[in-house]
This record gives sequence, structure tokens and C-alpha cells, in this order.
Amino acid sequence: MYRMRRWSARHAAALHHLYDQVERGLAKIFPRLQQAGLPKTEKVILWVEKPLKQFLFDSQSCGQCTLGSTGMSCPMNCPKTLRNGPCGGVRPGGKCEVKPEMDCVWVVAWEGTRHLKPEQRALHIVQPPLDARLKGRSAWLRAAAQRAMQQKPGVQP
Amino acid sequence: MNTMNTMNTVSTLTPDVTLEQAGTALLDDPQPFDPLDYSREPPPGYNLPILPHHVSPGRLERVLRAGRFAVTTEIAPPDSADPEEVYERARVFEGCVDAMNATDGSGAHCHMSSVGMCSLLTRKGYAMVMQVSCRDRNRIAIQGDVLGAAAMGVANIMCLSGDGVQSGDHPEAKPVFDLDCMSALNIVRMMRDESRFLSGRKLTSPPHVFLGAAANPFAPPYDYRPLRLAKKIEAGAQFVQTQYCYDVPMFRRYMEQVRELGLHEKVFILVGVGPLASARTAEWIRSNVAGVHIPDSVIARLKGAQNPKQEGIRLCVDIINEVKEIEGVHGVHIMAYRQEQSVPEIVERSGVLGGRVPWHPGLVKP
Repeated sequence: MYRMRRWSARHAAALHHLYDQVERGLAKIFPRLQQAGLPKTEKVILWVEKPLKQFLFDSQSCGQCTLGSTGMSCPMNCPKTLRNGPCGGVRPGGKCEVKPEMDCVWVVAWEGTRHLKPEQRALHIVQPPLDARLKGRSAWLRAAAQRAMQQKPGVQP
Repeated sequence: MNTMNTMNTVSTLTPDVTLEQAGTALLDDPQPFDPLDYSREPPPGYNLPILPHHVSPGRLERVLRAGRFAVTTEIAPPDSADPEEVYERARVFEGCVDAMNATDGSGAHCHMSSVGMCSLLTRKGYAMVMQVSCRDRNRIAIQGDVLGAAAMGVANIMCLSGDGVQSGDHPEAKPVFDLDCMSALNIVRMMRDESRFLSGRKLTSPPHVFLGAAANPFAPPYDYRPLRLAKKIEAGAQFVQTQYCYDVPMFRRYMEQVRELGLHEKVFILVGVGPLASARTAEWIRSNVAGVHIPDSVIARLKGAQNPKQEGIRLCVDIINEVKEIEGVHGVHIMAYRQEQSVPEIVERSGVLGGRVPWHPGLVKP
């Protein structure tokens, strides 16, 4: 929802914290999720993740969430799907070049970022290109797996 | 035939520093190189040797690293399959520019490809900046084009996100945007410095290209723009060409922030300028071309002029003379779409070359 999208950026700090907690929690129980079978748990997680992210951020389910580093503004709503910052076409007033009725997602991201603590700001990090195979998969489970791997290098996602 | 073989050996000379070192050591070239000395160059179509601390065999990098004020321009690809039309368009700029940008479907309109333009013009010896837009090609096509272009003698590649398809003549087309300008820069740098594709597969010979990017100091979010430039440098940009500058005070503020971040020492900044044909054109551009900011004062100046076209050229010359004095500006990029004939006059009247004559076919008699 477009209005929620703006709300989410204004409440970037709280949502960033919430997001972090979800990933942390999933990482903690990751071995148990593995035991239960990851494809099955992914389905269950997606059942919550997808509608919630769609409602809050207009998530496009790319499967590689960067919300934590973009001030909680989903870059996949950019008509050019730019994941590394605004293009040069942003209109005066911060409107999108392609969809003039919409605020540029990166203008929103920049506003959202300023609600975050300096150490949480990550707009300067160069994001790798998107992996098209991950579309529709659970970004939370993927992030949890990565965290679990960092904590225990033996864990395989 | 023997001379040709020697030339080929020269073109594969590697610099005596690693590419990483060359990438970071920008302005501290210990041996000043005279970019005016074209007499020892191989014949047109053969690569120049790569100088120490340089990443490319190109003249643009040589001019910039030698601390000269560089002039680049934009060559509009024709809607034609006739190479003569390309050569004709290039001849207009002879002797007044250091490199020409071959645009890649600019304004999302269909024209001859930038690879095709560069292939034709590098054969004649021109220094080209090949623009790569992420709008039309995915990572497989872009990496392939980078290799093809470098093999054809392209020494400069500029990575752009690209205008949206809605602004062009095929608004129904599928926008690709598999990469963005930042990831494209990163990938081309990886190909050059690590000699591999994004997939990790090895290259037998890397593309020796000087990497460029675009910058728009005149679009929101304004206070983020200098940080965006920092990010582009981080991703691999070695020179940037900006969007049209018609608001010098605004550009000055941008450059202040750029200098505060120390970016002017890490990247060569070429300011985009261009003549406006009339107040009406200016108004049309302002409301129809994405990302171009034209202040009211500029439009008023054109409106009040007896000969708006001449006034547009005068305005362009004035802006060049103002921006060239700003610390951290290393050159200008003149974009004179449909007014290409005015570029030599603009360069001449601004005096930015200071008597220097950039290379052009026929400059050095064999």
C-alpha cells in the first residue's frame, strides 16, 4: 500500500529493529527449522512474510531484501529496480521520473535512513546485482541462514 | 606488415604498476606526460601503449592525468546503417574535443548502437567513450559488449542506468535493468582488474578501460548527491560527466560538499554544458527531459535576447568559464544535440583548451 510505504520510512528505526529481531530469532531456531525441512518451513514463513511485507513496504518479493540498508523503502518499487540509489531523472519535488505521481523510492529511502542510527545507515554500500532465481523465495529464511552460518560455520543452508 | 606487428606488441604493453595502484593513484603522476605529442602514436586503429599508472591506452585518460583541462562531447548515433553518416557527424568535432561519447539509446530512442558507433570511429583513431545503459541489456550482453568494445579499441566505458522506456519511441518495450549503473561499474572493474566475468570465469585478456559514470547534482535528493558520487567512486568510477549545468551557484554548493568529502581527488569531474537554442526549447527541455534543471533566470536571458541562438552559445561559454575556475573541475562535457555545429565555436570562444589541439585524423602527417 502506497500510504503504508511512506509510513514505514517514517518509522524506519522501529521497523529496522523489528526486522533485525525477526532475523535474529529465525537464526536462533535455524537448526530446528532445518530438522523440520527447509522447503516446508519456507512455505510457512512466506505465509507471514509475503503479506506483511506487501502491506508495509509494497514488497515485490525479490527474495533478497535490502530494506535494512535502504531506510525501509523497498527499492524494487523503483520502475528501474535500481538497488544502489536514485537515478538522475528524479523530478523537482522528489517525484519519480517514470511514474510522476509517485515519490521516488530513493528520496523516501534517504528520508528513512535519517531516522536510523549512524551505524545502521548503509546507503553507501554497493549492493550486488539481483539474483533472478530468488524471486518469490523467503528473504527472511535466507538472511537467517546466513546469520546462522556466520555464528556456526558448519551450518549449511 | 612488420611495422604492424610491432604496433600490436606495443598495444599489449602492461603498465609497471598494478591496476589497483593505478586506480587509486590518480593525480600524482610523477612524470608529466605531454598529451600534445601525438607524433609517436601508432597509426589510427591501433591501441596506444598504456602509460605507467594508467589503466587504459586512451587519450582521455592521458589528458586528464596530465592535469590538462579536458573537453568531451556527445555524438548522436544516426538512424541509419551508413557508416559515412557516422564519420560525417564525427568530423564536426575534429580538433576541439578529447573524446566523444557514443550514446546508447539516449532518451530511450532507438538509434545505431554505441558498440557500432565506437567500432567505426575507433578504426579511424578517434577516442571514444562508450556509453553502456542498463535499460536494454542484461549482464550477459553487457559483459560481452565490454569485451567486444575493448577489442575494437574503446578505451573509455561509461556505465549508466538509462532513461525509462516511457520517455522514448518504444514505450511498450520491456525495461531490462538487470544491473544498475553501480553494479555495472563494479562488474566492468572486476573484468579489468581481476580478469574475470561476474560468474568467476577467467578472461584470457582483460578489457583495459578507463571507467566513467554520470552524476546529476541538480536532481533531488540534493544532499545525497555527493554521497552518491562517493558510492560511484567506490564502485569503480574514475571520471564522471555531469548532467547539463545551467545553475552554477547550485553546482558550486555541490562541489563544496564534494571537496569536503575529498572526492575531487579521487575522480575526474567533467561538467556537462550545452547551448540552448531558444527560450521555448529551454522550457520544453525543462518540462520534458528528465533530470535537467534550468533556472528561470536562464530562460529570461534567452527571452530577452535579440538572437536567442547566439545568446545560447554565449550563455554556454559563460558557464564554461565560470565552472572551469571551480576547484575540482577537470573538464567539460559539451552536449549540443542538434546543435553540434556550434561545439567548435563554443570551445574556441571559451578558450578552455588554451591553444592545445586535441588529436584528430590528419593532425599528424605520416
